[in-house]
Amino acid sequence: MTSVRRAAAILLASIYVVCLFPGWVAPFDYAHQFRDLVAAPPSARHPLGTDALGRDSLSRLIYASRVSLLLAPAAALLATAIAALLGGVAGYCGGGVETVAMKATDLVLSLPWLFVLLIARAWMPLSMLPWQTIGITFILLGSFGWAGAARVICAAAASLRSSDMLLHAKACGCPRWRLFAMHVLPNLRSILLAQFLILIPVFILTEGNLGVLGLGVGEPLPSWGNLLRELMNLPAVAERPWMLAPLAVFAMVTGCFYLLTSPGDYA
Amino acid sequence: MKPFGCLLYFVAFWNLAGAPPAPVWGGELRFCVRADPKTLDPLQSADQPGETVRYLTGGVLLRLNRATQTLEPELAESWRTEAGGRALEFRIRKDVKFSDGSAFTAADVVYTLKALFDPASTFPAADGFRRGPGAIVVEQRGPDVVRIAFPNAAAGAERLFDEVAMVSKRWPADRRGAIGMPVLGPYRVVEYRPGDYIRLARNPNFWRTDATGRRLPYIDSLRLIVQQNRSLEVRRFTKGEIDLVDTLDPEDYARLARGGAWRAHNLGPGLGAEQLWFNQTPAGRIPDYKKAWFSSREFRNGMSAALNRADIARVVYGGWAAPAPGAVSPANSFWFNSRVPAPAYAPQQALADLARAGFRSTGGALRDSGGHAVEFSIITNSGNQMRERTAALIQDDLAKIGVRVTIVALDFPSLLERVTHTFDYDACLLGFSSVDLDPSGQMNLWLSSANAHAWNPEQKAPATEWEAEIDRLMERQAAEPVPAKRKAAFDRVQEIAARESPMLFLVYRNTLCAVSSELRNVSPAVVGPSLIWNVERLYFESARRAEARR
Repeated sequence: MTSVRRAAAILLASIYVVCLFPGWVAPFDYAHQFRDLVAAPPSARHPLGTDALGRDSLSRLIYASRVSLLLAPAAALLATAIAALLGGVAGYCGGGVETVAMKATDLVLSLPWLFVLLIARAWMPLSMLPWQTIGITFILLGSFGWAGAARVICAAAASLRSSDMLLHAKACGCPRWRLFAMHVLPNLRSILLAQFLILIPVFILTEGNLGVLGLGVGEPLPSWGNLLRELMNLPAVAERPWMLAPLAVFAMVTGCFYLLTSPGDYA
Repeated sequence: MKPFGCLLYFVAFWNLAGAPPAPVWGGELRFCVRADPKTLDPLQSADQPGETVRYLTGGVLLRLNRATQTLEPELAESWRTEAGGRALEFRIRKDVKFSDGSAFTAADVVYTLKALFDPASTFPAADGFRRGPGAIVVEQRGPDVVRIAFPNAAAGAERLFDEVAMVSKRWPADRRGAIGMPVLGPYRVVEYRPGDYIRLARNPNFWRTDATGRRLPYIDSLRLIVQQNRSLEVRRFTKGEIDLVDTLDPEDYARLARGGAWRAHNLGPGLGAEQLWFNQTPAGRIPDYKKAWFSSREFRNGMSAALNRADIARVVYGGWAAPAPGAVSPANSFWFNSRVPAPAYAPQQALADLARAGFRSTGGALRDSGGHAVEFSIITNSGNQMRERTAALIQDDLAKIGVRVTIVALDFPSLLERVTHTFDYDACLLGFSSVDLDPSGQMNLWLSSANAHAWNPEQKAPATEWEAEIDRLMERQAAEPVPAKRKAAFDRVQEIAARESPMLFLVYRNTLCAVSSELRNVSPAVVGPSLIWNVERLYFESARRAEARR
């Protein structure tokens, strides 16, 4: 492992440790309102200042990271697994299986998601705890966010289908399931990894936008999605640039993920 | 002669230096509307953009002066109430012409009002006139006189004529709202690009004139730019692309108030109030024990006392709001009841109120006599940052007395569906936008049979004695021609509402707006349209600016 990757791994591990035990690190409760310190600039007591309700921004960022860094990758993992299974099998088998699988993918891609999510919200009771809403939100994202990735993986698997490597394995009598598990999937690893990494920020931002539909993370619980949503108020950001801290952490974590998973060599 | 000469010099100097400058003619005034109007038909308009276009293009019999909050004659030279409030008689102004040059007569008024009051029609503007069963009869009595007879006494109905734009009887009804339709207001629509802008040009035959006898308005054209995003609207204003913003968020106001090529106005509490109410509908899809909480006066008063309204005004609205004692804001100078006490923040009093209804605090949680923890959800419309922050403050305040609140921000159609049809909600936080100063305009809110009686709509018979009393008082004030007696009845309604707390009124938002410093004659008012209500008298300071906008 290069020094850059090592640094990225240490940084990411540190962030995850902080996320797992936010109560030990965060200076205040994420919901505590200092009503006399509304939108305060950074200070020794509040290193990242306070938000519009006087809540400590650093504490909210730490708790938000717990929500987003644990659940968004989990949802991305679920979506990538479904995509790998469906897209991989479709591409590997070809013919009717591929046609049916891709039709199913097209169906999922063409669903009017706004209405589907509105129906989901209508079915859910209003008095659910914030953690329950978050869980359902990310399960929904994971369960339905695989379609785009499945198409990419199907195309990649289809190109492997007629490769010399698979022909040789087939000729040696390798069973189909073993061919898929031991030869097709490992060769799709880089594509799966890329899809997984793409889906994480997509899900984080989608969760932020789902707040509009009454899904996502509700008050007072913070998430990266709703912290990033506050950045839409550009004049406020220009006046209080420390509001960009969540974006900086978001970029840093994404960068660390990229460094750790990309095949390039970094000195 | 010498002293007289000095006096002449003085008069001449005063005229040059102190007299107001002569208005500049020409230019284009630009401002934003939040959406495309659903229709340009002046009789059908019910959304804000449509109403703005109607205000600018439509001629009305009477106009509410937004500054003095009094009715003034417009296309009607005079009017009078007859038959104990059951009839109104208008004397129509002579020598008025539509924008196409055709004459405006009493026959056009009769045509417009008959179309409006047709029982088969569904014009939104007609709703306020309908007071009980029976037809409204419109007849012409002489060349310039029109009489309207109501089936019941209709106190305050004359102010509704501020919203009724007269239309030409010669223009086909199915083309009403089309570009080219003759109008009587200061402007006429000449171009409409959906999603982009609506352009209005001066009505060359507008009946009002300036002191020199020249036909108003001063400004040649208006451009109403469709802009949903308020941040972008403010940005366009600061870049000089538009000339005014009539509704500012506190944060934007604070930014603009620091200075620039504009004047930021804080007009004090507006007419609207933020409010929270609990679902008291018997058919509500909530457990019975919650229905029992919400219909308990002690519970509602307890919740009210636990809310820190001063903090909502200070934290959420940056101090540009005022704690609200009731539905009627002090901005509504005649109907505001100053005897209604402002609710104080008193968590201990809240717990005492709740204890009287059998609620007890155990282990940091408030429980009812059946042992149920007091937990409920508050729905509000998503995308409204101020309201979402208010909900977060309420959540925090109620947590201090052991009540757990879940906030759910829903898209507006879903929220309305729950509040008006399925009744699948616990409590709702919304804004009450009163555009009508008269209590008769609030009948839909206060009458127990009304569909906007938010906490328990469309009751067959009043569910409680106090709601029955409110019904009686509202009907009494609607039928009473003497303003003082009407005021007494409506004051009593406000007092009952304060005692029973069916709605917890939170704050009155201040009316905050900003205008380009080059625009003159602006007289901001809390009653909308706040900045353009005297549009025909607005003008740009310099000919250069007017020319640049031509």
